[in-house]
Amino acid sequence: MKSLLSGNEAVARGAWEAGCTVATAYPGTPSTEILENIIKYPGIYTEWAVNEKVALEVAAGACFSGARALVAMKHVGLNVAADPMFTMGYSGVTGGFVIISADDPGLWSSQNEQDNRHYGRHAKIPILEPSDSNEAKLFTKLGFEISEKFDTPVLLRLTTRICHSTCPVELGKREKPKRKAYVKDIKKRLFLPAHGRLRHVVIEARLKKLTAFSETLSYNTIEWGKKTIGIITSGISYQYAKEAFPNASFLKLSLTHPIPEKLIRRFARRVKKIIVVEEGDPILETEIRAMGIKVTGKAKIPVCGELTQKIVRESFVRKTSARIKPYKVPARPPVLCPGCPHRGVYHIINKLKLTVIGDIGCYTLGALPPLNAMDTCICMGASVTNAHGLEKALGKDFSKKLVAVIGDSTFFHSGITGLANAVYNRGNLNLLILDNYTTAMTGHQPHPGTGKLARGEQGKRIPPEEVVKGCGVEFLKIVDPNDLKATEHAIKQALEFDGVAVLIFRRPCALLLKPNPAYVVAPDLCKGCRLCLRIGCPAINLQFPEDREKPLAVIDPTLCFGCGLCAQVCTCHAILAPTKIKKDKQ
Amino acid sequence: MKRDSFDLVICGVGGQGIILASNVLCHAAFLESFDVKKSEVHGMAQRGGSVITHVRIGKKVHSPLIEQGNSDIVLAFEKLEALRYIRYLKKNGTVIVNDREIPPMSVLTGAAQYPANIKGKLKRHGMIYFVDAEKIALELGDRRTVNIILLGVLSCFLGFKKKSWKTAISKNVKKKFVDLNVAAFNKGTSLLRNIYSIKKEK
Ligand SMILES: Cc1ncc(C[n+]2csc(CCOP(=O)(O)OP(=O)(O)O)c2C)c(N)n1
Repeated sequence: MKSLLSGNEAVARGAWEAGCTVATAYPGTPSTEILENIIKYPGIYTEWAVNEKVALEVAAGACFSGARALVAMKHVGLNVAADPMFTMGYSGVTGGFVIISADDPGLWSSQNEQDNRHYGRHAKIPILEPSDSNEAKLFTKLGFEISEKFDTPVLLRLTTRICHSTCPVELGKREKPKRKAYVKDIKKRLFLPAHGRLRHVVIEARLKKLTAFSETLSYNTIEWGKKTIGIITSGISYQYAKEAFPNASFLKLSLTHPIPEKLIRRFARRVKKIIVVEEGDPILETEIRAMGIKVTGKAKIPVCGELTQKIVRESFVRKTSARIKPYKVPARPPVLCPGCPHRGVYHIINKLKLTVIGDIGCYTLGALPPLNAMDTCICMGASVTNAHGLEKALGKDFSKKLVAVIGDSTFFHSGITGLANAVYNRGNLNLLILDNYTTAMTGHQPHPGTGKLARGEQGKRIPPEEVVKGCGVEFLKIVDPNDLKATEHAIKQALEFDGVAVLIFRRPCALLLKPNPAYVVAPDLCKGCRLCLRIGCPAINLQFPEDREKPLAVIDPTLCFGCGLCAQVCTCHAILAPTKIKKDKQ
Repeated sequence: MKRDSFDLVICGVGGQGIILASNVLCHAAFLESFDVKKSEVHGMAQRGGSVITHVRIGKKVHSPLIEQGNSDIVLAFEKLEALRYIRYLKKNGTVIVNDREIPPMSVLTGAAQYPANIKGKLKRHGMIYFVDAEKIALELGDRRTVNIILLGVLSCFLGFKKKSWKTAISKNVKKKFVDLNVAAFNKGTSLLRNIYSIKKEK
């Protein structure tokens, strides 16, 4: 039987079919739906961990026990989880262990474009790269098999166009893999230098065995076409290359680390010219060239951005001009939703002209016009620490104009250590925690501050304020960000406070609530001053009626959430709550 | 019209229900025994940003992406987005546009202008069908049916069996909304004749 599955759904299916019993993740586009879909299958313990390092270590613990375990994350998540991954590479596995990295070429939803195929090489573990959903499912299962057969974690490397593309997938049944028992084995799991030294020798030998396996693996295949061009490729690039050069010969690699050197030589001998088509860095290209084989690749194909069949083709044949020239139309970047609780905080920050050390989440959108209320955003958790460093370099007075902004999920992910550090080192950090009770950006996953578990059951809630107090913070306030006066007052107090001050702005994400009745502009009161536009609400538009000298603000009732923020900024009192209007009419 | 391959671009603003529409479309094509590939954008762009979904239907599909200038149909949920992605349309292709303007932030703040005469510009490039799906959805009693109404219009160009669509809808929406969405779909399919005649009058 076949079913339409996205790459992420297919991985989830593969995990289930493989008899995986423990799966963990921290959300991050494009990987999020992997765990979200695993949750739908019975017999797998699933957990949203607080961050990727934690997720990987929890899965590793399950793997010690002999269970098949999987951990999923986006590419930058593997930076966070790199520490345990490297030594798990040395340790090997008991039950099969698959680590999933979902890379984001083209930066559809990320802060960088790093190519995590480097990680598999760096950690000396095998890499599997599926080229569609069908292979995503197959390679998840294959990953567990290789993992157990060669005593190694396996890196399953996906990209956005694999994760978020859908195609028909052949479904199978759930296996019941034989499970090894937990046996104490300190040489394999207790990494004293003496043990590490021994394991290093073992994993070098393991790489050799994996190379031999790679030579004969049926998924590393040659598709003969014309012998004038031979293309070596893997993952989604295979699909693009197949359309760009339908008649060429192909060597499609699926186990891309370690590479099958003999197979590559055999292919190379039979074709005239070799092109390596890969998205991102010249990794296969460099390794094949190091074998002494002449290839073309990144000299022609771009390193930056994602590929398409057109880019692949036009890297080698003349460019065709566009049939329809692109129209110059205003860009449409994402925006804070109507009713978003983050908006009030950014409005005040903008008004007070503060330096804002930011972080990652929906609230990063406060960086865009008209709010323009963010100066930096490096990686999750960096708001707290970057702000602390800035203050230490520029002096205490600077902290009177400096705030760090972090979301609730991000705070639990990697904000807490930075906060402890700032308190300990006598910083003057002003930290604003935007607590919307969810991980909004990635589609509303729970976290410790919500107390809900992955499958929706009740876990133990950890209120962020308790953590803040536990870190020794002496100034703490909880504020409703939709109350602009209270927000402004609290921020000013925090700025004045000597020492670390934390404000928790608490209000649920608008997407989790039903909207209130829409607000309305009274045309006779609106002076067209544009003040209401400064909060950057997508529901408020300015119109220019012919019978009016001044423009008129208009609220789209289908978009308005009824949060009332605009009514608070309107100095003409022209924006009315629906209840108010009814009363006036009576 | 019976063909063996279609490339369709569906575009609009994040949050308009494009993902559901493309899921139903793919499912219907799948039930018609086609190979299907769909590629879409999740995450950040869904927060009111510009979004595009590629749907490719055929005997064997490799790339999940449609090349610019190759799409048989562009289905736009919003006018400005129709103009942005019209470059995907192939010669003599078909464009279905939801007659709705959602100004981006730069337009709301006055930093940019919403493009004028979008209809006129689009007309140069293919057959254009404008649908006031919002109005019809309100008549049906639920604004959220806009996506399925537009899908109904789209279905007139694909020649799939009615049953495939119905099954696809029932597999992709919650049980209690199936009837509403089937009604919305049927409404969409019945629209085309009217739209056509409006076009001829002009
Ligand atoms: C290391 C890492 N993991 C995951 C992500 C993806 N990601 C970006 S922001 C975010 C969480 C945002 O949640 P929160 O801090 O609560 O802010 P909100 O979106 O709710 O405003 C996630 C999971 C990332 N960018 N980096």
